[in-house]
Amino acid sequence: MAELKLFRTWSSPFALRVVWALNLKGIQYDTIFEDLSNKSSLLLQYNPIYKKVPVLVHNGKPLVESLLILEYIDETWKQTPLLPEDPSERATARFWAKFGDDKVMLSVWNVFIKQGKDQEEAIVTAQENLGFIERQLSGKKFFNGETIGFVDLAFGWLANLLSIWEEICGVTLIDHEKFPMLSEWIQNFAGAPIIKESWPPRDKLITKNQALLEVYTSKEAPK
Amino acid sequence: MAGEVVLLDFWPSMFAMRVRIALAEKGIRYESKEEDLSNKSPLLLEMNPINKQIPVLIHNGKPVCESLIIVQYIDEVWNDKSPLLPSDPYQRAQARFWADFVDNKVSGAAKKVWSTKGEEQEAGKKEFLEALKTMEGELGDKPYFGGETFGYVDLSFITFYSWFHAYEVLGNINIEAECPKIITWAKRCMQKEAVAKTLPDQKKVYEFVVQLRKMFVSE
Repeated sequence: MAELKLFRTWSSPFALRVVWALNLKGIQYDTIFEDLSNKSSLLLQYNPIYKKVPVLVHNGKPLVESLLILEYIDETWKQTPLLPEDPSERATARFWAKFGDDKVMLSVWNVFIKQGKDQEEAIVTAQENLGFIERQLSGKKFFNGETIGFVDLAFGWLANLLSIWEEICGVTLIDHEKFPMLSEWIQNFAGAPIIKESWPPRDKLITKNQALLEVYTSKEAPK
Repeated sequence: MAGEVVLLDFWPSMFAMRVRIALAEKGIRYESKEEDLSNKSPLLLEMNPINKQIPVLIHNGKPVCESLIIVQYIDEVWNDKSPLLPSDPYQRAQARFWADFVDNKVSGAAKKVWSTKGEEQEAGKKEFLEALKTMEGELGDKPYFGGETFGYVDLSFITFYSWFHAYEVLGNINIEAECPKIITWAKRCMQKEAVAKTLPDQKKVYEFVVQLRKMFVSE
């Protein structure tokens, strides 16, 4: 059997994508948990440029950047495909995953670290972006259709981290009336067994994100 | 596979150039529609409502957006000649990583070189040259990033070469002195017809950037 190691932290939503992909495909692997305040020499050796998790090491060869790792996994293990076969649909999937990472994540995060008028503006931007995603779902159970795929995994953080931020800050970004499809997708995705069994412990996530939000909110506050 | 191919284009865009090189490499006939980015066409807004940016490839009426996604699409659809990405999954992952590195590290720093001044520009210059040196390290002694032949990473990065003169003058840097291997590599790429015919003249780009800089910097 091939040697497969995943370097991750317990909380990284990016590493979680790789966990889900490997689990969905039924692939065996070893996990190495990293402490990012004290990175292992192995991690620095495998990812010298970005020095981040996740890193997937397959037969001694490292792969970095979560979405690229997902593509590698999909091309190497053909069962339970994550990306569609049709090139036009593949391009669309890649586009939405990139949009999620480049624009949506930051715009949502901004809602929770900004205050006052800045927060109001951040909410408008975030909801505009979420509106695009809502329309992309247009009646499908998952972005990939009937089964979980690449884009679903890319947006996985929306299905748990978002509700944690909402809980901590008392701001609702995705309400059922404005975003009925997205709300249902969150239920479907979060409830899928392979996804559910890998969620990091919620209470630990709340504690960690509370601390993170405090740090970033104080950076954003007017001086 | 064949069918109508339209490219929403902008001559100085290094991102649009990537698509033009890919189309040329594959010998694909297409119609180029030059956009005025200060007055975007209804077609652009319809085909890319999310980012409203070029390049957009429209194939049989369906849009594909984001330059690297477009190049991969072209490689997958016109897969009978001139492969751009390697066939081995690990090498493909490496190629995608380095093309992404150009977008994440080279591109942003390069923009700071021409669109800022003072301390911000100094920081941008440092970042840019560091990113180029990292690319140089990755190139090593290979003729191309792709190895023996021109490939995906070469395509993703060479388009920035057309802006080098602008970076050098506006940033007061000497790229050849700092990264000689990159210049050797670039000149090798320029020997390829698809590249030479696609990249605009560096002086023409410089004149364009000088005007563009006025929108960002008061001097």
